[in-house]
Amino acid sequence: MSKITIPLGPQHPALKEPENFMLVLEGEQITGATVNLGYNHRGMEKAAENRTYIQNLYLIERVCGICSHSHTTTYITNVEELAKCETPKRALAIRTLFAELERVHSHLLWLGVAGYEMGFETLFMYTWRDREQVLDCLEMLSGNRVHYSINTIGGVRRDISAEQKAGVIKRIDYLIERTNYYIKLALEEPTVAARTANVGKLPPEVAIERGAVGPTARASGIARDVRKDEPYLIYNELDFKLITHNTNDVFGRLVVRALELVESYKMIKEVLNNLPEGPIAVKVPMRIAPGECVNHYEAPRGEDIHYLKANGTDKPERLKVRAPTLANLQSVAYMMEGGWLADVPLVIAAIDPCMSCTDRAVVWDPKKGRKQVYGWEELRKLSIEQYKRRGVDFTRL
Amino acid sequence: MKKPARVFSEVIKHLFKKPATCGYPFEKAHIYPNFRGRIAFESDKCIGCQMCVRVCPAKAIEIPLSAEQPAAPAPVEGQPPVAAKKKFDCIMKLDHCVYCAQCVEVCPKKALIMTQDFELASVDKKQLRRHYK
Ligand code: SF4
Ligand code: SF4
Repeated sequence: MSKITIPLGPQHPALKEPENFMLVLEGEQITGATVNLGYNHRGMEKAAENRTYIQNLYLIERVCGICSHSHTTTYITNVEELAKCETPKRALAIRTLFAELERVHSHLLWLGVAGYEMGFETLFMYTWRDREQVLDCLEMLSGNRVHYSINTIGGVRRDISAEQKAGVIKRIDYLIERTNYYIKLALEEPTVAARTANVGKLPPEVAIERGAVGPTARASGIARDVRKDEPYLIYNELDFKLITHNTNDVFGRLVVRALELVESYKMIKEVLNNLPEGPIAVKVPMRIAPGECVNHYEAPRGEDIHYLKANGTDKPERLKVRAPTLANLQSVAYMMEGGWLADVPLVIAAIDPCMSCTDRAVVWDPKKGRKQVYGWEELRKLSIEQYKRRGVDFTRL
Repeated sequence: MKKPARVFSEVIKHLFKKPATCGYPFEKAHIYPNFRGRIAFESDKCIGCQMCVRVCPAKAIEIPLSAEQPAAPAPVEGQPPVAAKKKFDCIMKLDHCVYCAQCVEVCPKKALIMTQDFELASVDKKQLRRHYK
């Protein structure tokens, strides 16, 4: 049968954000797939260099609507590390609380999207209705549903009162009950299993080779979670399980996320019941001492990495964001190969892609007035050369 | 164990429940007290330090000198004359503002106030540039 190549996206009803996938088809079966990024590039890293550290907080928050707390927390951890600031314990606990609430809201959102892509719209309607409860919690505590703006350099901006705590616990109890129902539903409803089992296979070796992160990696049986591997905030004091699953398919990703929800509820309650007393923020000077810093964070979609270089002024010299979706996209290309065209939306949705986080490698040459998007091979070559100059040889890797 | 139509009983139950959505705009939306809405300004408190302008991430706020300045207080016999307190206006660009309330937090004189006003959309661009005097 002859092969044809069709583009999926950048504008396509199955994609929530513009991104392009070139699929090589043999009949209905996919024999090759490439991912092309760059349709959502907004120049945020460059913009960050022209703003002060405080202003950047609100810019970085807008890297992504759903992981807004993840990005600011990673950024702020870098800033605080460079400023050598002792963040109060209560502030760290509140940040952890928000991180987990955010994970709940993101995973419930994903559950809905997955239901929708499977054609199980009842699930979509129910999970999104229940997601309102956690959005209410976030709004009650921070003032906003999406961009919480709770972080500030040196702590958090708002404290939690006893009344708010009771409100959150009431809503979380409701969500626990609903989530247990969804888990039962996912395990017992034949439609879900038929649509997700053996779809988008990602064996553990491939997941490691392609650098999959977050629930995508954990659903291939890889126990990798920054919260456990290198605890930040107050995760080393919290009691939670690292969820993995070994079916390596979309079903596994569904189960991992659903069970992670349960762990998150447990953590939210634990943090709320043991909030340390004390101040919620300390003062940090506007200027940050020169230095470099890298930090990572387990965002709902996987490991989020920020690099920050300070030059002694009140503005950063360089900020680099590596969002989890970028790490997972390599695996998507693999997952699609050998699958069916009709499964593509589900497979793409299964990594919970966030393209607005991801798009940031386009090179603009002002002298020649030329724009160039670097491919994987070129980037690899460039980075090997760069490290050679520093005396490290990565050629064999 | 696989049970087909597992969700059916739940669907039937939901037929008799109240809708989860609210009837906005016919019904008022519920706003939490922490909500960050339009920023209001009190001119008599402002000292024109421009701190708010400097922290604003969206360049949404300007603090120019007012066109009309109050007269200096009448000089008191035997004391050096007191300079008049300068008066400042505030221009808020509602379409630039991201409602982060960083300006409110940084203002040393509490001249900026966070309100609960959120219905700010308008078809008239002029409405989005508020000049508080
Ligand atoms: S709320 Fe934020 S964006 Fe709006 S004027 Fe104040 S600092 Fe600027
Ligand atoms: S920070 Fe407050 S006092 Fe200073 S210029 Fe702004 S509104 Fe006026």
